[in-house]
Amino acid sequence: MVVQLNNVSKRYGRRWALVQLTFAIPEKSSVLLTGGNGAGKTTLLRMLATSLKSTRGEVRIFDKLSGVDNDLIRPRLALVTHDSHLYDDLSAEENLSLVGHFLPWVDMRRMGDILERVGLAPRRASAVRGFSAGMRRRLCMGRMLLVEPELVLLDEPFGQLDPPGVALVEEIIREVQQKQVTLVMSTHDVERGEALCDHHLHLKSGRVLRAVEPLGEPGEATRIAQELEARGGWH
Amino acid sequence: MTSSFAERRPASLVAGVRAVINKDLLLEWRSRARVNATIFFAFLTLLLFLFAVGPDTHIMAQSAAGYLWLAVLLSSVLSLGESFRMEAENAALEGLRLLPVDPKAMFLGKAIANTLFLFLLAVILVPVTVAMCGVEVQGSLMHGVAILFLGAAAISAPGTLYAAIASQVRARDVLLPLLLFPVLIPAIIGAVKATKLLFAGDPMGDLGRWTALLIFFNATYWLLCLLLFGRVVEE
Repeated sequence: MVVQLNNVSKRYGRRWALVQLTFAIPEKSSVLLTGGNGAGKTTLLRMLATSLKSTRGEVRIFDKLSGVDNDLIRPRLALVTHDSHLYDDLSAEENLSLVGHFLPWVDMRRMGDILERVGLAPRRASAVRGFSAGMRRRLCMGRMLLVEPELVLLDEPFGQLDPPGVALVEEIIREVQQKQVTLVMSTHDVERGEALCDHHLHLKSGRVLRAVEPLGEPGEATRIAQELEARGGWH
Repeated sequence: MTSSFAERRPASLVAGVRAVINKDLLLEWRSRARVNATIFFAFLTLLLFLFAVGPDTHIMAQSAAGYLWLAVLLSSVLSLGESFRMEAENAALEGLRLLPVDPKAMFLGKAIANTLFLFLLAVILVPVTVAMCGVEVQGSLMHGVAILFLGAAAISAPGTLYAAIASQVRARDVLLPLLLFPVLIPAIIGAVKATKLLFAGDPMGDLGRWTALLIFFNATYWLLCLLLFGRVVEE
């Protein structure tokens, strides 16, 4: 298993964002993470990226304990989230070059091709400050391609993108899947997510309502997510 | 794949420090307007002290070292806060942590970049202070450079640590000086006394003792802050 959570809870102040999560994600699977606003999707993804520590319970990534073996876990994963992790005063090229300075194994000769791939080659020397949200998202996907991770965590990857951008991200996700990478992706666009993923995890108010189960017929995730949300329960 | 996952080791500490320094200096260069504003603020602070004292050249000459270091200290709050505002924007610091960048490399790189900026600021302010206060510099150039560098380094180490803490709270602009100034009192006293001896002469041979005291405070600050920084930047 690439990811194993055992009774994991996360508290912000007095509010519990995640409550007693226990599940495992098999290697090379693609997990669609669904849930309404405030369900805990972003918190969970950031916890899987070792950016957040759990308040209770144990998170294991690549069989290494999160919070203890972060140095061994982090080089093997990439998180693309609402925060772009980019420096606004640096250009697209300089932001990607930073990766090469800190990660010696990254082949920086690929940078030009990647910028071309994500449609930012003409703006490679422009400061990120002038980029639209969609362009920033494209650059983040480019950085993820450059790092070549083993576990990819995507938080709303289709958000703020124009139709060609959505098609590009879909294409990149499929390309990444062909490299036998494990993928966890949260999205409100359940239909699109379902077409890309083979497992489903549904959160509501920080609790798991459906724990990493294989997806069957088309539309199953959409139907189950709607049913689980309509059922009421924890708030 | 460019490398097997087992081979993936982050950059060495030295390479990491160099990359952080280069990044920070490049960002400072790109945001020259902010750098210019900090230098202008330092000039203004110096002028205000001189106006407050009045036209008595004897008092001005006696207190010149104090005015110089107070101007550097007050301006440092702006530059130190700015160095972490850039990291907070788009959660760039989280991005560095997840690459992963060693927190020790992060601290040393940022603190050295801050030291270089504050040293440059002090170097710019010295001739202005000397000219406006009517000081005749008695000490050697090498001693002067050493004192200015040690003073800048003494502000930078705790300044970098506290700027990282303050960047995580809403009242960051208020919190930074509240945390920083009390810790810096002994180092500032040392820097002022040593600079005063450089300006007015050192008939009793006290400069070496004040320099040694500055070196001792620097060693303490840098070591403690290096050890604590990892805890500050991790959640």
